[in-house]
Formats: sequence, structure tokens, C-alpha cells
Amino acid sequence: MKGVKKSEFKYQFCLNIVLMLFALASILPFLLLVIASFTDENTLIQGGYTFFPTKFSINAYKYLIYQGPMIFRAYGITFLVTFVGTSLNLILTAMIAYPLSRKDFSKRNLFSFIVFFTMLFNGGLVPSYLMWTQFFHIKNTIFALIFPNLLMNAFGVILMKNYFSSNVPHELIEAAEIDGAGEFTTFFRVVLPLSLPILATVGLMSAISYWNDWTNGLYYLTDQRLFSLQNVLNRILTDLQFLSSSTVSSQIHMDMPSTGIRMAIAVIGVVPILVLYPFFQKYFVKGITMGAVKG
Amino acid sequence: MKVNNIKNNTLTVTTKKRKRKSELAMYLFMLPGLIYILVNNYIPMGGLFIAFKNVDYSKGIFHSDWAGLENFKYLFSSSDAWIITRNTILYNLAFIIFGTILGIAVGIMLSEMSSKLMAKFYQTSILLPQLISIIIIAYIGYAFLSADTGLLNKSILPKFGIDPISWYSDPKYWPIILIVVNLWKGLGFSCIIYLASILGIDRSIYESAEIDGAGKWRQIVSITLPLLKPTIITLTMLAIGRIFYADFGLFYQVPMNSGALYNATNVIDTYVYRGLLQTNDIGMSSAAGFYQSVVGFVLVLLANFAVTKLDKENALF
Repeated sequence: MKGVKKSEFKYQFCLNIVLMLFALASILPFLLLVIASFTDENTLIQGGYTFFPTKFSINAYKYLIYQGPMIFRAYGITFLVTFVGTSLNLILTAMIAYPLSRKDFSKRNLFSFIVFFTMLFNGGLVPSYLMWTQFFHIKNTIFALIFPNLLMNAFGVILMKNYFSSNVPHELIEAAEIDGAGEFTTFFRVVLPLSLPILATVGLMSAISYWNDWTNGLYYLTDQRLFSLQNVLNRILTDLQFLSSSTVSSQIHMDMPSTGIRMAIAVIGVVPILVLYPFFQKYFVKGITMGAVKG
Repeated sequence: MKVNNIKNNTLTVTTKKRKRKSELAMYLFMLPGLIYILVNNYIPMGGLFIAFKNVDYSKGIFHSDWAGLENFKYLFSSSDAWIITRNTILYNLAFIIFGTILGIAVGIMLSEMSSKLMAKFYQTSILLPQLISIIIIAYIGYAFLSADTGLLNKSILPKFGIDPISWYSDPKYWPIILIVVNLWKGLGFSCIIYLASILGIDRSIYESAEIDGAGKWRQIVSITLPLLKPTIITLTMLAIGRIFYADFGLFYQVPMNSGALYNATNVIDTYVYRGLLQTNDIGMSSAAGFYQSVVGFVLVLLANFAVTKLDKENALF
């Protein structure tokens, strides 16, 4: 018996070592980003990005604050787009998923297929781009960051539809209707309050896609004032001068710590997600597993 | 008797009325979403005809001249068509093979952990890269690979006496770099899916195997893997169905759009984007997009057909 315990201990020990290596490999690159952003510019130029710099400095962040208007503006746009986009996404997704979950809705298979088919076939970038720019004229408007692709997707609809059909009893809907509640009252007062977990999951998925999206800005924006945080990050990665060229207040002269600043701005972009992650990871995991089981 | 009949009739009439009213409400619920799908998904599908046009913005899309198959002729007579097809498919195959193996391995290890708290910690850490934007990942890549200040060139390679490498201009390293980045980013997702399906396995099977004297390895090979088979097949088939689509961000951002690397990093998605917005070659771009949509669709259908044949329960439709 003791032998069994000993081998079990060894087994667990090995598991922990291997998994710890995977966990470190996932976390350490972010740590490198953070450390590099706090490293002194000269140290960086001599020693490169490293986990153990000899001299720290907050100059990169100071410089970014001097460049404040652009970064703050981009932050504001990202927040706005994420909030508006996610809210609209949830409303549209829940409203289309509900009829598809109702067993007494005669056309539900037809419409489910219409939604599902968008996962199988799509027109690709060129027709979408021409449609949005030539017919809806969203180029260089804030709508460019909200409407294309992210407003609703079939995957979210399917998740929500499955949740409604298995977690909101049909008898409850019938009972509400016998009590004289109309369809809209039933939906908003009975169905939605019972579905908070799925609303959280789908909402979170949507918020992350809006927060991280940079493609819509890349395709549809040339006006820098509308750039979201990711678009600013995207420009700076290949074109550091972008940061100094768009300075609003050029009275302040300060040499750009160009090696460190790349990392500082990346840290600024990733901090909100890193801070919130422990709180929402539960819903994120739920979304992944639900999608896998029922997708 | 008669009174009863009339009562019954009025009852069915009112329920019918209510039914009709309810159907109408259902359509109203769906309306905003359906309009969005129509605009965002179905109109662009119809727009695939652009591949057969010679788009001229001054004439408008509908009045541009027809080009017949010219765009496709140009595309397939260039070496680009071969390169982007090869890259897209080979990268996806590598992602599928290595990603599946790694996902299953880590999923099994997580499920074997006796400390649930530590398992949770590992899982949370491994999932982190999944929800970071690809641009941040490109910055991390830059911190490792930058020629003058990168961690590899400055700290790691010198220790082994290797000369600095200019990563962003030498394509030969990129297949490995892209595969590693993709595995790193995607591992959390796949290991969680496999973990979830392992946790769904009846524990009593393992208990009786243990009583019969089966060791851990034996249990994994004879119980876990066979019971994971449906999940593995479904996920693999889904991925094969998407083999003609590439992650635009991975192939555009991580190599920092470096022209010297195109041979190893250009995939259909980046090619379409560059044609449309950087080199302004809409003909080639739309032809490549059409090629991707149609072949991609056929592959999705075939993959699902295969799932249906192999395993009825896991079919998608």
C-alpha cells in the first residue's frame, strides 16, 4: 500500500512539473513584455529585451503620457465600440435565438438553417469590403468598427438557442401566456432573467472580439482620429514614427525611448484584459466547452 | 352537447388566433438579426460574381465590364496561386496534427491532477494567450526576434555561440515560428475541450480497471483515448473543413508584414487582403477569394459527410 502511495506521489510530482512548464511558457512572454517596458532605454539598446535588466526606468510610460491625447482617445473609442457592439450583439443574438428555440414555432428549422449556413459558406473579404464601402459608405465612420462581422455570429446564436431550449421549460412560457403575458413580456420578463449565465458567456465572447479587433479598422479606417487601441498598436508596431508624427502638443520635446516604448504601449493594451481575466475566465471556459459539446 | 361543441369551437378558434399572433411575434423577434445576416453574410455571397468582373470604381461595380475567366487565368498562371495554396494547407495540417496531439496530452494531464486547485491554475495560465489580441502577440514576437534587441539574438544565441540571426528577413525559420506561435496560442482552447470530454467519462470504468490491476498508462491507452475518439474525430474533421482558411492575424501581424518572408508566410487570406488594399489588384484578389470560398465550402461539406459516415451522433447537420 505504501508503495502505491509513493508511486502516486511521484506521478503527481511529474505531472506538476510538466504542467508548470506549460503554464510558465504561457505566462512568461507577457512578463517579458512588462519587464521590457520598465527597462532603461540605454540598457535595452545594449542588452536587448531581457528578463533581468540591470537598470529600470519609467521613461517609456512618461513619454506615452505626453502623447496622451492619442492614446486616451484610442482607449475611449475601444471602450465605446466594445460597449455598444456587445450590447447590440446580445440583443440581436437573444432575439433571433429565442424563436429558433421554440418548439411551437413552425418555421424554426428553416430559419435555423439560414443562420447555420453562414458558418459553412461566405463571400469573403472582397465583396464584403465593396459592399460596406460602396453601398453603406462606412469608410472612416465609427460604424466601421461596430458593424462588419462582429455584430452577430451564428455560433453565439446556436449557443443561446441550445440554452433556451434546455434551460427554459416550455411549460413556463405557456404558463406566462395563460396568465395573459404577451410574447414580448414573456421574453423579457421570464426567458431572459432565466438565461443570465448564457448572456454572460455570449456577451463576454463578443466583448473580447470587439476589444481585440483590429481588422475592421485596418480595412475601413484611414482617419487616425477614429483608430481604436488595436489600430494604434498595429500602426506603431511597424511604424514607430506614427507615435511622434501624430503628436497633438508638440511643445513638449522629449526623445522617444523607441525601444522601450513599443513594449510600454503593448502593456497598456493588454492590462485591462489581464486584470479582468481571473474574474471572467469561468464564463470563457464555459463558452468554449458548451460550443464544443453542442456546436 | 351542442353548447359544449360551440364552446370547444370557440376555444380552438382563440388558440388558433393566439398561435398566429405568436408566430407573428416570432418573426418580429428575428427581424433585426435576419436583416443583419442578410447584409453581412448573404449579400457578400451574392457578391462573389465580382471575381468575373473587371472592377472599375468610376463605372461602379455593377456597370464594370465582365472579364469572364481572365482574373482566374492571371491568378493561376502566377506562381502566387501555388504558393498561397501550399502554405495555407501545409500550415493548417501542421496545426491540426501538432495541436491535436498537444491538446490531448495536456487535457489528459490536467484530468489526472489530484489537486483540483493546481489543475485550475495551470488551465487558467495556459488559456491566457487565447484571449490576447494577435497584435500584442506580434509585439511579444518582436521582443523575442528583433534583430538588434531581441531576447534570442542578445541573450540566448550568444550563450550557445551562435551568431545573431535576422529573423524578419530570412523565410526559412518562419514555418517553425508560426507553428510554435499557433500552438502556444491555441493550446488552452483545445486542452479545455479535451479535458471537458475526459471529465464526462464515467469514473467507475477507471475504478474497475484499477481493481483489475491496470496502471495509469494502461488506463489512458485503453480507456481515455478510445472514449475520446468521437471528440477527436469531430474536431479534426471540423478543422479539415476549415483547411482552406488561414488566421489572417497570425500570418500578417506576427511576421510584421515583412515582404522578405512572403514565400513562407503568404496565405490565401493575406493575399486577398494585399491585393484588395495594398496593391489594388482587385481582379486577382477577388479571384483568390472566390477560389477560397468555393473550395472551402466543398471541403466543409466533405468533412461533415465524413463525420456523418464515421459517427452519426457527431454530425453537424
